[in-house]
Amino acid sequence: MASILVYAELSEGKVVSTTLELMTRARELGDVYAVALGSGAKAAAATLGKHGAKVVHVNEDGAFDDYIAEPATDALAALHEQQKPDLILFGFTPDSREVAGRLAARLGTGLISNANDISASGGGFVAKVPYFGGAKIASMKAHGKPAIVLVRPKSFEASESGGAAEVKQLDVAVAAESKRAHITERKVEASEKVKLEDARVVISGGRGMGGPQNFPLLDDLASALGGAVGASRAVVDAGWVPYSMQVGQTGKSVRPGVYIAVGISGAMQHTVGMKTSKVIIAINKDAEAPIMKMADLGVVGDALKIVPALTAAVKAKKNG
Amino acid sequence: MKIVVTVKQVPDPNSNLTLEADNTISREKEVVLDPGDECGVEEGLQLKEAHGGEVILVSMGPERAKDAIRKGLSMGADRGVLITDAGLAGADALLTAKALAAAIKQEQPDLVICATESYDGSTGMVPPMLAELLGMPQLTFAKKVEIDGSKVKVHRQTADGYQVVEASTPALITVTAAIAEPRYASLKGIMAARSKEIKLVSIADLGVEKGEPAETIEGMAEAEVRKAGEVIEDDGTAVEKIVQVLAAAKVL
Ligand SMILES: Cc1cc2nc3c(=O)[nH]c(=O)nc-3n(C[C@H](O)[C@H](O)[C@H](O)COP(=O)(O)OP(=O)(O)OC[C@H]3O[C@@H](n4cnc5c(N)ncnc54)[C@H](O)[C@@H]3O)c2cc1C
Ligand SMILES: Nc1ncnc2c1ncn2[C@@H]1O[C@H](COP(=O)(O)O)[C@@H](O)[C@H]1O
Repeated sequence: MASILVYAELSEGKVVSTTLELMTRARELGDVYAVALGSGAKAAAATLGKHGAKVVHVNEDGAFDDYIAEPATDALAALHEQQKPDLILFGFTPDSREVAGRLAARLGTGLISNANDISASGGGFVAKVPYFGGAKIASMKAHGKPAIVLVRPKSFEASESGGAAEVKQLDVAVAAESKRAHITERKVEASEKVKLEDARVVISGGRGMGGPQNFPLLDDLASALGGAVGASRAVVDAGWVPYSMQVGQTGKSVRPGVYIAVGISGAMQHTVGMKTSKVIIAINKDAEAPIMKMADLGVVGDALKIVPALTAAVKAKKNG
Repeated sequence: MKIVVTVKQVPDPNSNLTLEADNTISREKEVVLDPGDECGVEEGLQLKEAHGGEVILVSMGPERAKDAIRKGLSMGADRGVLITDAGLAGADALLTAKALAAAIKQEQPDLVICATESYDGSTGMVPPMLAELLGMPQLTFAKKVEIDGSKVKVHRQTADGYQVVEASTPALITVTAAIAEPRYASLKGIMAARSKEIKLVSIADLGVEKGEPAETIEGMAEAEVRKAGEVIEDDGTAVEKIVQVLAAAKVL
């Protein structure tokens, strides 16, 4: 049986959803254990156990919360030395990828990143990786020992298997030399009512919204539907909305029941972050926009007229 | 302050990134300095202007990647190093990082600036590998950088805001597109760049071993494409139609 180590990413002491998605897949591939570092690690072990971890190695040293990548790399290198896993899985998220990169360089093994699937094959592992902006899918065989693979958020649906993990204290002293990139302050700018990643309806606006002054139209529709508002990179780069709202290759991946793309052309770097949505609706004044070729319903027209009318209709239907 | 900026040559984002008949991105296509790295060069130049020192551009790629370095030199960087070697064709992230690290070590910089991810590779794995190989801390996703003596402080973009991250130099930082608007090269800059040095080095010069690739491509398949559904003109009934779809999807 292959042994698989999952790096559990914690955010404010809670296991992030990407980790649970990975656990769900990993338990089909072999014996799964996880490592959770920083405050909340012990409590996180229960959640990880429910999702299939047999053992969770924990260490609650505050250094894991306060210093970028290096303490976690030390802990993983130490755990690798003890356990020699066949595969180490990371989420392809900003925080995890920094640890994965350092670890791969330290172990000299290389890695496969940006995968959207992983399976066992011939005693090793094969990952599926989108290529050319998602037009092609490459099957990549991992040769390293351990194999290190980073998997995109929302590649799998998380589900519980109902186990309980044995919790083991990971003995690792974080060296002073690893306490370097120090997080001294945390500023929250966007306080979302509904988290983009978890919303069942996502309404995203692009350059076709005309300007930041029109984004409240999307907020209104989102509150009527109980959804969240996302955005294309073009409008994030233009400073209309914060980066936290960006959907796509370099933003968030979402997989809602309904995704409404408003004034978004549908560049591959955008669609890679939303194309597994169950239903896609596009509102765009250009019938030839690429987004129209993947939408279940494409509406050709002016977003600034359609969105307010739609909000009114949704409210009317809910009240009627 | 000695600043190294890593720069990569990539297919031109403005020339449509469409695929050739055989589904590959033609390598003969227009190539440019990575737009993300252009922001890195700009930030390097601004730091030099504020604190003095030197900006050195380091790239790995085929010989024509000189053009990408030249672009950065015409913006105002001081000199360039190009690691070019037939053995590096198709190099993975780790080999790229090893080659870059070996060349950067010779420069002993105070600061290394990379983009968070490249336009074509786009997985952002090279910078953390590079930081590890150089033995430097990594301050990542910076949308703002401040230098105070031997301290570097960045505003690190996060999902819901930003963090303030501090370290001592030498350090590696990665910058987002929000860091600085790249300047246009002036005519004077373009002229001056012609006589600036671009040193060519091979992996043998750097003492880097190629090693076995960590991964190989076993196969390539078409991605599942979503089929186009219905496309309707908004003739006044579109809203009704959207409401029906929302109801069918059980979100309304
Ligand atoms: C390395 C890299 C990573 C990237 N990562 C991402 C990413 O994570 N996410 C992302 O989104 N992009 C990403 N991009 C950018 C991507 O390539 C596109 O440039 C971007 O998605 C375009 O945004 P847009 O659709 O809002 O703008 P545009 O492409 O300009 O499209 C605007 C659309 O609005 C329509 N429109 C205009 N007016 C109206 C109106 N009144 N009513 C209705 N429709 C209207 C137009 O017909 C057009 O289709 C990335 C690019 C690179 C190079
Ligand atoms: N071949 C290369 N030459 C120079 N810099 C590179 C190279 N590959 C990656 N980099 C640097 O690392 C950043 C992230 O690249 P990547 O890891 O490929 O997404 C780039 O924007 C560059 O700054």
